[in-house]
Amino acid sequence: MARAVMYDNIRRAGTVLASSALALPLMAMVAPGARAEGMPQLDFGNPYVIGQVVWGAGIFLVLYLLLSRSALPKVEKVLSLRRQTIETDLGIAHKAKTRADEAVADLHEARRKALADAQANVDKVVEEARLAAARQAEEMNARLATEIQDAETRIAQARGQALASVREISTTTAETLIHQLSGIAAPADFVTAKVGSAAAARGL
Amino acid sequence: MAAGSSIDALGQFELHPVLGALGESLRFSQSPMMMIVAAIVVLAFLYVGMRPAAVVPGRLQSAAEMCYDFIHNMAVDTIGPEGRAFFPFVFTLFFFILAGNYLGLLPFSFAFTSHIAVTLALALMVFCLSIIVSLKVQGAKFFAHFMPAGAPKALAPLLIPIEILSFLSRPVSLSIRLFANMVAGHVMFDMFAAFTIMLAGLGFFGDIIAVGPVVINIALMALELLVGALQAYVFAILTCIYLREAVAH
Repeated sequence: MARAVMYDNIRRAGTVLASSALALPLMAMVAPGARAEGMPQLDFGNPYVIGQVVWGAGIFLVLYLLLSRSALPKVEKVLSLRRQTIETDLGIAHKAKTRADEAVADLHEARRKALADAQANVDKVVEEARLAAARQAEEMNARLATEIQDAETRIAQARGQALASVREISTTTAETLIHQLSGIAAPADFVTAKVGSAAAARGL
Repeated sequence: MAAGSSIDALGQFELHPVLGALGESLRFSQSPMMMIVAAIVVLAFLYVGMRPAAVVPGRLQSAAEMCYDFIHNMAVDTIGPEGRAFFPFVFTLFFFILAGNYLGLLPFSFAFTSHIAVTLALALMVFCLSIIVSLKVQGAKFFAHFMPAGAPKALAPLLIPIEILSFLSRPVSLSIRLFANMVAGHVMFDMFAAFTIMLAGLGFFGDIIAVGPVVINIALMALELLVGALQAYVFAILTCIYLREAVAH
């Protein structure tokens, strides 16, 4: 929309300029007596023509002196101040960056050291735990061995007691069976000897 | 401007005394008055612009600094490291001419650069300065430049006069270029303004057609703004080139 308006304005301006150009011959007809009655600039007899040169030299000299001694050094001073400020700020920024880099390096080093310490602590704790577990297992094994040994002793005792009673029970059982089957009371020595030999044959 | 059916386009360049009898006795015309105005404008631009002296500049200070940098770079890039010594001179020259050209575009004003006496004086000042610097830096070797290096000696009788003529034509071309450009612009302004007045006297159709020269004058104003800056630049850059030749060993 705006572009269309712009093109329209350009077209209108072009139309006006073209019509103006077409009007030029008419203007020339209107002003047939256009003339130049000598150039005043070349009238060196006019004291003002040379006077302006003298005045111009003085004004130019004063302008040059004021510019070179006062105005331009003032600009230069501001520009150099700006350069110095920028350089100083850049220097401060560089120093800050260096300090920040150093701090980052220190941080990384501290982090690395902390990691190493932590790993060492973890290893130490793990080792201690491992040793404690091993010690506990050893103690438990020893205790279990003792308990097993005690149990085995008790079992052996009970077995011994039981085996010791087997001959007596067998003798009593044999006498009872003989008596009930035959109605005869077998001699106790005979039964005891037979049971003893049978038990010995069986490893009892 | 327009007297009857004739146009006096050159009348605008006539010099008249200002400040009454005092101006008459001091030969003080509107031309030196505009030179003073130009000098004041240039100085005011720098002093007012640089008054904040801020590290982060405002618009006017920035403009003043840009002008400083522009001329400084021009002087140093063209002349070389020695250009720093000539920088204030080139700066003064450029802005004196620029302010003169632009002030001349204001109504009821006067362009002192439209006078050959002024432009020639400026050109001769540059010319003399370049000769003095050449003699001081190069000594007698300065005259060796009039015989191009490597040219057959048999051609010396022909080449040396040509080179001298070329050298002497510098202030002429420098001054006439500026003078002619300014005169041409102001004459065209006057002519088209006179056309407007004359056409306006022709009745209804004249009034309509009279818009044409006004439009042309507006376009001419834009052109003159360009020409004013360009001529000041050309004058300054040629000064730098002459000074570079002068300081070259």
